[in-house]
Amino acid sequence: MTALIELDHVSRTFTTPDGVITAVDSVSLAFGQGEAMCLVGESGCGKTTTGRLLTGLLRPTGGRLLYEGKDVWLTKGADLARFRRAVQLVHQDPYASLNPTRTVFQTLSAPLFRHKKASSQRQALAAVTELLQRVDLSPPENFIAKYPHQLSGGQRQRVAIARALTVDPKVIVADEAVSMVDVSIRISLLNLLLALAKEFGVTIVLITHDLAVARYFARRGRIGVMYLGRMVELADTEALVTDPAHPYSAALIAAIPEADPDITRSKKRVELRSAEIPSLLSLPPGCTFHPRCPLAEAGICDVLVPELLPIPGAREVACHVAVRERTGQSAAVTA
Amino acid sequence: MTTAILARPTVGQRLLGLWLASAGFLRLLSRRPVGLAGFIGIVFFLLLAFVAPLFVPFQNDPSLADIYQTPSAAHPLGTDFQGKDVLNQIVFGGRDILTVAILAALVSTVIAITFGSVAAVVGGRLDSAILAITDVVLTLPKLILLIAVAAILRPTGFVFLAILLGLLQWSSLLRQIRAQVLSLKERDYVEAARSLDLGIVHIVFREILPTMRSYIAIHFIFAMTEAMYAQVFIVILGLVPVSGSNWGIMLYFAQGQGALYFRDSIWYILSPILAISLVQLSLVSFASALEDIFNPRLRGSA
Amino acid sequence: MPVLSVRDLSIDYITRKGPVHAVRDVSFELEKSETLAIIGESGSGKTTLAVGLIRLSPRGTKVTSGEILYTKNGLTTDVRTFDDDDLREYRWAEAAMVFQAALNSFNPVITIWEQFLDTARAHGMKDRQKVRDRADELLDLVHLDAKRVLPAFPHELSGGMKQRVLIALALMLEPQLVILDEPTTALDILTQRSIIDLLRQLREKLGFSMIFISHDLSIAAELADRMITMYAGRVVEEASVADMFYRPRHPYSVGLLRAVPRVSGALGSVASIPGSPPDLMRLPVGCSYAPRCPFAIEACRAADPPLVPVDTPRHQAACIRWKHVAEVLGSDAEIPVAEKLA
Repeated sequence: MTALIELDHVSRTFTTPDGVITAVDSVSLAFGQGEAMCLVGESGCGKTTTGRLLTGLLRPTGGRLLYEGKDVWLTKGADLARFRRAVQLVHQDPYASLNPTRTVFQTLSAPLFRHKKASSQRQALAAVTELLQRVDLSPPENFIAKYPHQLSGGQRQRVAIARALTVDPKVIVADEAVSMVDVSIRISLLNLLLALAKEFGVTIVLITHDLAVARYFARRGRIGVMYLGRMVELADTEALVTDPAHPYSAALIAAIPEADPDITRSKKRVELRSAEIPSLLSLPPGCTFHPRCPLAEAGICDVLVPELLPIPGAREVACHVAVRERTGQSAAVTA
Repeated sequence: MTTAILARPTVGQRLLGLWLASAGFLRLLSRRPVGLAGFIGIVFFLLLAFVAPLFVPFQNDPSLADIYQTPSAAHPLGTDFQGKDVLNQIVFGGRDILTVAILAALVSTVIAITFGSVAAVVGGRLDSAILAITDVVLTLPKLILLIAVAAILRPTGFVFLAILLGLLQWSSLLRQIRAQVLSLKERDYVEAARSLDLGIVHIVFREILPTMRSYIAIHFIFAMTEAMYAQVFIVILGLVPVSGSNWGIMLYFAQGQGALYFRDSIWYILSPILAISLVQLSLVSFASALEDIFNPRLRGSA
Repeated sequence: MPVLSVRDLSIDYITRKGPVHAVRDVSFELEKSETLAIIGESGSGKTTLAVGLIRLSPRGTKVTSGEILYTKNGLTTDVRTFDDDDLREYRWAEAAMVFQAALNSFNPVITIWEQFLDTARAHGMKDRQKVRDRADELLDLVHLDAKRVLPAFPHELSGGMKQRVLIALALMLEPQLVILDEPTTALDILTQRSIIDLLRQLREKLGFSMIFISHDLSIAAELADRMITMYAGRVVEEASVADMFYRPRHPYSVGLLRAVPRVSGALGSVASIPGSPPDLMRLPVGCSYAPRCPFAIEACRAADPPLVPVDTPRHQAACIRWKHVAEVLGSDAEIPVAEKLA
């Protein structure tokens, strides 16, 4: 798969009165066309910032963002405009993602007019109708003249997705797009996104803290696990879920409560050495996970920052111990 | 059925739409009695100031025999120091005051919105420059400046006076608009608009400002009340050439001609004061209901 | 004797357009040291119910019928009859509520210590030293460092820490009943895990009865003994946790279970429930779930089905077709998905 969009050792720091925060630290990730991929992690891991870096709404302070092989932040004019339209964001909060003073028609037709996909009200109406059908808002007539407050959370998210589709994007970054929606309709929204990936070849990157959602969404794709700004593991979903390589991934998977009493009450947890999450202002030396890691080895893990390295099974992990145990090579050799 | 949404409305449909919108508007207002009272007051004074003069003859003949008459059938509000009917002066006295107030509010609001949103959206050095100018104007003592400028320039035309007042008023509103736009700029739907490349003009005028409608309307109304005070103030001080008659001029003469010392002339002073105060009160009361009126949730929805 | 016995409780919101029946004829019982999970989504009435149990309902809500019977030391009283003094004694000392940490449950301008002090004082504890000792004890119970936490302001604490403080505050007067509103929502996975483990520990140690409300089935699977699913203000199913998860009888419970994907084990068939919950001011005639129900028949739209016992003990469902649901689930037949809304 040739990469459509790629993060090449991208970093992003923020300067605050208390110091410099490295929200994203040298993350490399390549996406192919039509891929359905998930970025998971807990709060503060940098997944939202990574999503913003992907859409070009935030500029990296290190590394490059490549779209169709070209560095986005060095392109100008028509190429840059093309990139902006090609990567769209769907927000988390359905109650904030739509302008409350504009109807669904107004919200969806504005980009159509702007980008000359419709030049009359009649054409716009036809296009909007088709979009609404594509996102399963049926019958479209019921939704065209409505204001956001007249729609449910799930319906608003569909309108937000339709809005992203107005510019024929190649990539959609869905930032916790189902987290604030009722449990019983999350799956239908995820299925919609998956259908877009499959039928229209749109690359969907779903950012979520919910591993169960990630597993469902990316079941035929990959999951990237982030911790404190770094990518710690990148693997095919089933491989990750059944055999996590990084101790943090293992801890997450073991910790998730499941909707099945027998399974969840007998699940074996991974005990972490500390429940304290380090502040982004003062990260631990070496592997940032080492103070909590049950496998941490003094002398290596608290000194050397582990790189994201390939291990058998077409996957990558950033852990000295895991790399050594799965490839038989020690960290000192590969560092 | 979908094409029905787009068919050009007939005149009949347009009128029906207008009628329904007004009905909806009044229905919302009726839930806020204070706002409704204010609205009625505004309508009353607008009619009084702009429509009544078309039907009532202007009485301009002094009649020294009738100085300071108490209210009677012939002169419901009494007479002034020249024997002229006070009610008549009230009827004709609102036009100038209200016109200047509206114009001045328009000038200051337009300046504040334009430069406030541009400063917030563009940011950087333009923002700093606009802020610097605004802060300077903000710290100028307005009334004193007004007196000084009026004394020097002696504005005769009302348009000139209106612009002058407007130019002194925009600074605090600009800061507030800028602050609002800065915060609205971070909203998800604005970010989506940027992502979709909808352009700065669209973002400011279609995404941000419409959500500030009630905010802007309320400030417009308060700008009007400020302008009215400022006007009347400089007229009473005699800094504006006094010609013709309006409520402010009535007060000028009332004070200058010693009406304060005649018990019989109380209506000569009170009438313009009451008129001005009631207009202010109506404006402010109406403003209190504005937030509801602009709330899309409350307007004619399911 | 159950600690709490709720009978036919109905709570309305009074709005300009008329009453909204947020909670309708809810009945359930809670035994000593039992944990009950009330599961529902937006508009189900679960929060209104929880808040109504300790009569903390906001202005504009009205309990229109029913009883809330609370039993302590063999004495049963109806919470609805309490006057203000009785309520003050009841709240916190008998039944305490743990609010959602994510939702600004703290006064942002006072420290955690002052929060403890305020709560203690409001319930009659005046001795500062005693309060201090109790605070130390409670924070230790929830595995927090009192020296660090007490002088801090709420915004200085993480989500997990705040949730623990709220739990500590609730336990201050050793209540018999603890009600928790979405205790793990909006928390990270590892933090959720620690809160769930903490609640389990505390329950074992202190023996209180627990009611928690959530939209998250997995926390019910972790902690609950019994479960209630709510839809459009009514209880649609009540059962032990095992029965609810493995032998559900109401189509909404079935639908909800199917809508939650798993991490471990087989992915299974996962599907959403089409449509959305009904407008509580315009409830359809008959069963309120019928428009979205794949098992619905004509008779379902005739009348709102009452809760009836089904084929396992202490298990009720408000569905006239529960036997059919049981059959479909028992066989290996495909569970139907409702066509586009009726």
